Amino acid sequence: MYTDLVMDHFANPRNVGEIEDADGVGQIGNPVCGDVMRMSIKVEDDRIADVKFKTFGCGAAVATSSIVTEMVIGKTLSEAAEISNKAVAEALGGLPANKMHCSNLAADAMHIAIEDYLTRNGRADEVATILKSPKKASS
Amino acid sequence: MNYVYFDHAATTGVDPRVFARMEPYFSEFYGNASEIHGPGRKAREAVEWGRAAVAQALGANEKEIVFTSGGTEADNMALIGYAQRFSGGHIITSAVEHPAVMESARFLQRQGWDVTFVPVDQYGAVDVDAYRAAFRDDTRLASVMLANNVVGTLQPVAELARIAHDQGVAFHTDAVQVAGSLPIDVDELGVDMLSISGHKIYAPKGIGALYVRKGTRIGPILHGGGHERRLRSGTENVPGIVGIGAALELAVAEMSATRPRLEQLRDKVVAATLATIDEVQLLGDAVNRLPGNACFSIRYIEGESMLLQLDGKGIAVSSGSACASGSLEPSHVILAMGFGAEEAHGSLRLTLGRENTEAEIDYFLEVFPPIVEHLRKMSPLYVKG
Repeated sequence: MYTDLVMDHFANPRNVGEIEDADGVGQIGNPVCGDVMRMSIKVEDDRIADVKFKTFGCGAAVATSSIVTEMVIGKTLSEAAEISNKAVAEALGGLPANKMHCSNLAADAMHIAIEDYLTRNGRADEVATILKSPKKASS
Repeated sequence: MNYVYFDHAATTGVDPRVFARMEPYFSEFYGNASEIHGPGRKAREAVEWGRAAVAQALGANEKEIVFTSGGTEADNMALIGYAQRFSGGHIITSAVEHPAVMESARFLQRQGWDVTFVPVDQYGAVDVDAYRAAFRDDTRLASVMLANNVVGTLQPVAELARIAHDQGVAFHTDAVQVAGSLPIDVDELGVDMLSISGHKIYAPKGIGALYVRKGTRIGPILHGGGHERRLRSGTENVPGIVGIGAALELAVAEMSATRPRLEQLRDKVVAATLATIDEVQLLGDAVNRLPGNACFSIRYIEGESMLLQLDGKGIAVSSGSACASGSLEPSHVILAMGFGAEEAHGSLRLTLGRENTEAEIDYFLEVFPPIVEHLRKMSPLYVKG
């Protein structure tokens, strides 16, 4: 049901953890649905210098979280903001249909972290331009 | 990889001794049991041998056994076949039934029947007072499983059947998880109908049976040539029937050795898991449960992740998490026991079978705690206290 790449990211997740002095944090999902993802980022010169994730969820939830961290490191905030959940699923070689909804929110969590960074730095007015569709963090 | 298989409640492999009994009936003795020529008579003999073996294992009469394609069809036949006698009415069942019973009841609901799903306690046992109170003047049938497939809890079926009979109501039980594991006697239980399945007891997939007590009238749900005393049309699955008969015979003969061994392995895996991992809970009744069932809820981590990690170590288990089931709904059984979705997502079920060894349990106990630790380290919900 999962591609080899999904299984690889699930078995050897990249960038697990939490950045202690993060510049931005984004969390999405809730335990009732079975998926919670949290991304913390360090930003330097408007680029993602470092990112770590923590995820509660199934194989797809872990793999999407892991691969999105690889996809955004070194990217500008705008470039990172353009990575969609769909692009994450494609980068993994696809996900089973029933995993496309609740387990594929890692990009959204990343966008919330970027929004959090901008807001913390008095740049809330840039959220709309950098994040074309700002995401609301869920409880 | 040589798998350690702890998912016997899902299915079992065909025991080689069972397969040896079945084998001649594929290519050598392939007659149609409805024909009176030699090959047909040979097949009929095998069908009736299988029927006698199943009847004997259940303490039933041969004429009370109807072969089906499996447990699901047996359950459908019990509920829907029995309901055909009436133009409508009320059915009582439990909130933790297998989907084969639950969805048959919901089907009847859509046909205008009323259905009461009796609640269970935190251990998964049916609330007997609520069950008793559910009976109405138009109650036609009650159906409660003998043991739960997820958490392994045994239901007080003899008592529930007696209560139904006091009200003049027929009683069915789904015994799919119990057959071959614990002794079954239809008279001691006092049930009117009882479902079993072949592939849970080392017989093949595609064969099951419904016990129908003499005098209990049901209608067919499959129509055709009038096989199985007009109750189940379709050319008899001769190798399957030989298989389920042989499998039950073996299971009963070996039960006094297998049962205590599985109970001891189960108790070991339960005790060691509860002792070595914190914030773990045993689901189901600690004592009153199936010999091979160990079901846990492990906080802060999700079942499919545990399942896949164990799979990577060559251990096959199952989970009641939404993700593992593919339905996006966590186990209705665990929710009905009063647990939250979070606990259901974190459930893990081991179901042991006759070929499992203590070394395999030890291997699980060695690899599982680091898996829990790894997933908890990754979990945003886990804050080490």
